[in-house]
Amino acid sequence: MGRVSVEAWIREYARLIAEAAPRLTELDSAVGDADHGANLSRGMAAVVAALDSSSFDDDGALLKKVGMTLVSTVGGASGPLYGTFFLRVSSALGDGFPAAFRAGVDGVAARGKSAVGEKTMLDTLVPAADALEAGKDWPAVVDAASAGRNSTVPLVARKGRASYLGERSAGHLDPGAESSFLLVRAAASALGAND
Amino acid sequence: MKKLINAPADVVVESLAGLAAAHPSLAVDLEQRVVHRADGPVAGKVGLISGGGSGHEPLHGGFVGLGMLDAAAAGEVFTSPVPDQILAATKYADGGAGVLHIVKNYTGDVMNFEMAAELADGVQIATVVTNDDVAVEDSLYTAGRRGVGVTVLVEKIAGAAAEAGRSLAEVAAVAQRVNDRGRSMGLALTSGTVPAAGKPTFDLPEDQIELGVGIHGEPGRQRVPLPSAREAAAMLVEPVLAEISPEQGVLAFVNGLGATPLIEQYLVYGEVAALLERHGVPIVRSLVGPYITSLDMAGVSVTLLAVDEEMLQLWDAPVNTPGLRWGV
Repeated sequence: MGRVSVEAWIREYARLIAEAAPRLTELDSAVGDADHGANLSRGMAAVVAALDSSSFDDDGALLKKVGMTLVSTVGGASGPLYGTFFLRVSSALGDGFPAAFRAGVDGVAARGKSAVGEKTMLDTLVPAADALEAGKDWPAVVDAASAGRNSTVPLVARKGRASYLGERSAGHLDPGAESSFLLVRAAASALGAND
Repeated sequence: MKKLINAPADVVVESLAGLAAAHPSLAVDLEQRVVHRADGPVAGKVGLISGGGSGHEPLHGGFVGLGMLDAAAAGEVFTSPVPDQILAATKYADGGAGVLHIVKNYTGDVMNFEMAAELADGVQIATVVTNDDVAVEDSLYTAGRRGVGVTVLVEKIAGAAAEAGRSLAEVAAVAQRVNDRGRSMGLALTSGTVPAAGKPTFDLPEDQIELGVGIHGEPGRQRVPLPSAREAAAMLVEPVLAEISPEQGVLAFVNGLGATPLIEQYLVYGEVAALLERHGVPIVRSLVGPYITSLDMAGVSVTLLAVDEEMLQLWDAPVNTPGLRWGV
């Protein structure tokens, strides 16, 4: 996996997030505090600015910068969660992409003290990591992530601000599961092309 | 959306600039968006910092000053500050005796303060997480009770303890005790409007209220028909009273959530006082006003703190901040 494709992954993710920001915020209005789209697009715009103005020795350094930039600009829960994801992927990149992706997902679980089934990012990310480690091709990885994302609709939230809604959180797509799906989709279009 | 702003993206920083201009006792680091005491850090004093999303004014920047906070980190509207900001606030507050982080229990706030504490090499940090909202019942199934009104009382009482020269462990202990002995519950008549979103966070029909709201426009646990002020006071006081043990009376705090005028807040306070009297619970101190708000949400919250003698002395100690001021 070359430099260009990791950078392309991040840039594609930034593009998808900017495009989806109003929808993410709308999803968040239903169960949270209406800031998910605005926060992530602010953070990813800062990431793109950092990529434009810096050069990196390798993919690990680039992804570390992505993680640090997100932690420093996003705030809320998404900043530490996405920031931790990229920092962990960055340090595990030497073990290959599936293992690195898994390390990132484990980082999200540890930072958020959460697990699958609690209506969070992890409902998308864990099935994607499973599919990657099982050696599935990118379309299958995207399918797994999509099914995981959709599984959050009927769930009752156990973590984050949506959990305060109790049963009323059921019936809504989790905004974090949606933004995580975009992360997987961006990976598929940027990294999949080089497979 | 009808708001007196220039651009949604500039709301927080321009508001902080105005706060600093209005209050020479405060200084603002506009780059980090940290409000701190112009005369700080105070050597040898435990530093107190807090922070959170903006949109809860006067919390927290308006509570920086003598007898309360040393610094406050202002996040985006309803979004917790990032670790860099919290770290900067910690440094502005550090007078060599350690720094207490006062954190409201929201997932993002807790995670960002945690990361900042991990990064704060060389500064002794203690943390108290406020979680006084009785509307959130079971932390097994939720992120745990939210930190709401009691945060103001923690900042005042722990701030007085720090001003009196107590150690970090002692200041943290009294802060924790205030949190443990205080409970809150709120209701909303309307949603607030986040400037970046541009429209109300939720729709609430004219004849209904959200019972059990927090301070971010997040919907409450239950939607019920619009009650009278008397019924509303009972809806808020009864569940709060059920969770505290007011042996020596209570500090009763009626808080306006942003768009509810003082005439209604005092009216509600009157109902709260009458209810407490019927329960035989004496009110030994009171606070009425918009102290922890949710932008332009209409509604009120009630916080009751089961005080003890030490808390009362610290509550009565001088405080001089834009949002709370007495004894000076």
